[in-house]
Amino acid sequence: MTRRVLIAVLGALLLAAVGVTYSVFTTTHDRTPVAAADGLSLTGPRIMFRSTAPGSKGRLAMVAKNDPGGPRSVSALNCLRVYAAGGTGTCLRQDGALTTFQIAILDKNLQVQKAIPLVGVPNRTRVSADGRMAAWTVFVAGDSYNNGRFSTRSGLIDLKTLDMVDSLEFLSVTLDGHPYKAADLNFWGITFTADDNHFYATMSTAGHRYLVEGDIAARTVRTITVNVECPSLSPDGRRIAFKSAIDGNPAKGWRLTVLDLATGARTPLAETRTVDDQPAWLDSDTIGYAIPHGPADSDIWSVPANGSGHPALLIPQAESPAALN
Amino acid sequence: MYLSTIDRPKTARGRALFLVSGNVFALGAVSLVTDISSEMVTAILPVYLMIGLHLSPALYGVVDGTYTGATAFLRLIGGYIADRSRRRKAVAGFGYGLSAVAKLGLLAAGSSVGAIGAVIAIDRTGKGLRTAPRDTLITLSTPPQLYGRAFGVHRMMDTIGAFAGPLVAVGILAATAQAYDAVFVASFCIAAFGVLLLVLFVRDHRDKQPPKNTVAPSALRELLRRGPVRRLVLAACVAGMVTIGDGFVYLLLQRREDLSIGWFPLLAVGTNLSYLLLATPLGILADKIGRLKVVLGGYTALVLVYLLLFGPFGGWPLLVVVLGLYGLFYASTDGVLMALAGPLLPEGFRTTGIALIQTGQAVSYLGSSILFGLAWTIWGPASASRIAAGLVVAAVFVVALLLRGISPRTEQPA
Repeated sequence: MTRRVLIAVLGALLLAAVGVTYSVFTTTHDRTPVAAADGLSLTGPRIMFRSTAPGSKGRLAMVAKNDPGGPRSVSALNCLRVYAAGGTGTCLRQDGALTTFQIAILDKNLQVQKAIPLVGVPNRTRVSADGRMAAWTVFVAGDSYNNGRFSTRSGLIDLKTLDMVDSLEFLSVTLDGHPYKAADLNFWGITFTADDNHFYATMSTAGHRYLVEGDIAARTVRTITVNVECPSLSPDGRRIAFKSAIDGNPAKGWRLTVLDLATGARTPLAETRTVDDQPAWLDSDTIGYAIPHGPADSDIWSVPANGSGHPALLIPQAESPAALN
Repeated sequence: MYLSTIDRPKTARGRALFLVSGNVFALGAVSLVTDISSEMVTAILPVYLMIGLHLSPALYGVVDGTYTGATAFLRLIGGYIADRSRRRKAVAGFGYGLSAVAKLGLLAAGSSVGAIGAVIAIDRTGKGLRTAPRDTLITLSTPPQLYGRAFGVHRMMDTIGAFAGPLVAVGILAATAQAYDAVFVASFCIAAFGVLLLVLFVRDHRDKQPPKNTVAPSALRELLRRGPVRRLVLAACVAGMVTIGDGFVYLLLQRREDLSIGWFPLLAVGTNLSYLLLATPLGILADKIGRLKVVLGGYTALVLVYLLLFGPFGGWPLLVVVLGLYGLFYASTDGVLMALAGPLLPEGFRTTGIALIQTGQAVSYLGSSILFGLAWTIWGPASASRIAAGLVVAAVFVVALLLRGISPRTEQPA
């Protein structure tokens, strides 16, 4: 009895020592953090992103558009996903406790204006071209209608009126022209049109993934076509860059593709590696996106939007690109 | 603390509440520690996979779904091996050990999707393997008239661990500036401590078993040939078939109350709190008034939960009542069903029998979630949840008919 207790105590001490030693080792092993630059603002021509480099991992940072491989200005903000347009920035980040997150709305000088709580792991964020509308997508684990798989929730806010749609599931859905209700509706990857009332997004139900167009004032979404994920509307509003599941099966990976909204023509881009990101228009002819390599690290690449040319490394050790004009 | 007090007269009422055999207390402690370890990882895994490793949820879904069937099958195999070798502690210990090693596997897997899938499968296998032998050991360490109390105390300790886990993970992440690997290492250390507790303090009950090896390879068929066992498995399947799943209940509550989505995780916390508080009292009540009555009462609480989702009142009272009733449902069915089944399963086949009941329940529960999703699509959530309530009422009658008079001796007050 006493010997067993002694062994248990010794075992507990030994295991605690192992845990503490490892924690101390990983914490001190980190490199010295990069000092935050002063006076950063959401003005172009620059590219804003989330750094994955040692010393500035997780921080919102920027490079000059004409010298993307050059020196980066690192802000003090820690984010998981970032985006900016029209003088408004978004930073999806952890909110103190473990499973809670928030979207921080940033003004031109990267000051937090507003924070909205999110439930789930941040995945995508977008701001409308004029900076009035902001959107987010998070993953929620373990909704049991999904057999423990992840489901997604997307919401948006009008920063002028503060009207908010908590989750697109609450809008009226029209599928192939008919009203539609289901428990397994999932939305992700919102992109806004120039009128600040319409948006595009991906909706999945019953194993199909649709491109939908939404009307915020009318609280409706309707399906347009299939197999379009993470849409991103071009600056001219005529094309949508997206990730297209290979053979319609996401398990096989995704090909970056551009859809012409008027003709319906789909142009696969020159990037042949699988891309699991919401593409960003760096200008009207170029798409930027992240390619991960190894745990917690990734690079931003660019590729022409018309299917020609080759992908090129744009910013190493970075993700979540947004062009500031 | 070693509470071998089951034979002592009950003195103080407060103490008497938690009196269980030393072995049950030890098993509860092992579960508590192991649940801290596993809930730590569960809490951070989605963030780690998606933020740390850039793993797409579609891939995670593939990884996750593939192994559900395999682990259900392994649970039966584990139960059979435990019975055949009569080494319940060894099989349970192997399951606990497997899950502990899986925590280190998460570190070793790096960012390879296949390796992470394999590690998660190993973790699930460990969980599948240990549950039935552990529940069997609880029954073998407790006189039949006190099974309800023993399972109640065990489930209470288990749920305490599930509560503490995420908090420990938050603490470690805060102390190490978001080092996920430190959480995995700590989780492994805690799980290893759980295995150590099992090895040191949990006693196997091989001495109590029949001397001759009576467990033939056809044990499963033999077991199913017994009327009461067949009725029990059938009842477990029927009960599993009408349970629509936590996700749906919380989703409907959230819609009904227009809760800000930030509140969503707290719904599970509320249910667990109620479960934690009620598990032991209801286990004791089950020993006093009969386990079947408590199980049926639990399903009646479930009927109320489904009806209240679209019922006459709302607001805070609705949330408190629904979550309270939902915890009551778990507290009066999960452990109590095992307490009900225990005496009906011959000791030699008991682990296989428990594994069979748990597998039947899990598989039919999986099916019911899919069916409820369909019902929602066709008839809308209000009608679907009322249909579910109606089906639970029917299930209460079916289960009552199936199990009525099934265990006259142990159903008597202790």
